[in-house]
Amino acid sequence: MAGLFGYTLALADDALISAQRMSWWISRAPQLEEDVALANIGLDQLGQARLLLAYAGEVEAAGRGEDDLAYLRDEREFRNVCLVEREQTDFGVTMARLLIFSAWQCELYAALSRSADATLAGVAGKAVKEVAYHLDHASRWVVRLGDGTDVSHQRMQAGLDAEWPWAAELFDDAFLDTGLVDSGVAALPSSLRDAVDAGVSAVIDEATLTRPDVATHYSAGRDGRHTEQLGFLLAEMQHLARSHPGATW
Amino acid sequence: MVTTTTGRAWGVAAAVLDPELPVLTIGELGILRDVVEDDRGRVHVQITPTYSGCPAMETIREELVEALTRAGYWHVDVEFVLAPAWTTDWMTAEARTKLSTYGVAPPVPRPRAGEPVLLQISVRCPQCGSLDTQESSRFGSTACKSLWVCRECREPFDHFKSH
Ligand SMILES: [Zn+2]
Repeated sequence: MAGLFGYTLALADDALISAQRMSWWISRAPQLEEDVALANIGLDQLGQARLLLAYAGEVEAAGRGEDDLAYLRDEREFRNVCLVEREQTDFGVTMARLLIFSAWQCELYAALSRSADATLAGVAGKAVKEVAYHLDHASRWVVRLGDGTDVSHQRMQAGLDAEWPWAAELFDDAFLDTGLVDSGVAALPSSLRDAVDAGVSAVIDEATLTRPDVATHYSAGRDGRHTEQLGFLLAEMQHLARSHPGATW
Repeated sequence: MVTTTTGRAWGVAAAVLDPELPVLTIGELGILRDVVEDDRGRVHVQITPTYSGCPAMETIREELVEALTRAGYWHVDVEFVLAPAWTTDWMTAEARTKLSTYGVAPPVPRPRAGEPVLLQISVRCPQCGSLDTQESSRFGSTACKSLWVCRECREPFDHFKSH
């Protein structure tokens, strides 16, 4: 069961791994403005991850800082949901994922901005304003592509179908020590589901897309069991820090 | 220890320029939150980031230490605080005027609680003053700016987003 350290780490890893995937788009987005947008979204997520990782390190009190936690943990020690770690080389997939992920982050950070833990409340109070932009950006693209041409509609639907089954893990309470919820520190994951669902469904409707009717994937990223794609992501993300221990700019 | 917004240390700290918008000081931007100095030349400064991922914070910290050290303080420490979250409402009127002169459209007043966060409000072109402008990208050269274009003078410009 995740206590305050594990909970903070899980939220940090969601943001960190999502940021790393987002950065893949730099120089590859369909237009220059989108390149800048996805880089900025990734940067916001990275900023949130850094604050949360630094706090997780403080809570753990074992001398690990944000860099140690980001660069020196192995795959099994990462606690992010599998939703964010998979490759996203299709723009429709990226927008479908960002829609789901940012809708969830909006609800999560809104709830955490009232956390009994002052640091979590502070991080969330800043982040909630940032992720509102991400959600708005994803929503506009999903509507534009879904309600666009036959091809864009079909590809946007395919992206949504691909991402939807991975969303369930965001709302899974099993990993969390419920004492953290009782004491007002953590937000109970399942309590966020209805609001996220309603927000995402409204966008899907406006985009003339169909809510995917697909089975949920089994995923256990919160327990450290990841898809094979996380290993490749970490190899790239951690390469420099591991090859040159202690290197600084 | 004395907290002050009028003391000498506050004045020195508040005059440090923002590295990404070098016409504005951190005092005018509202990033500087608190300065506490004692009578033995020690000073403690609190600053808050505009955005969580703002890459300018490290530079600002270094410049604060340098400026206060040069002003004779022998012990300077800089703390990052997150709450209450920074908002463009803290930006001073001078800052808004300076931004506009610099060619960046200043933030427009934020919607009140309960209103949609991303309410579309006209942004005045800093070049010709026209309100006939259009957002071309919600995300610009830094986290705090979006990219706009003026339909009157046809020039693109940056807008400091309301936040
Ligand atoms: Zn103009």
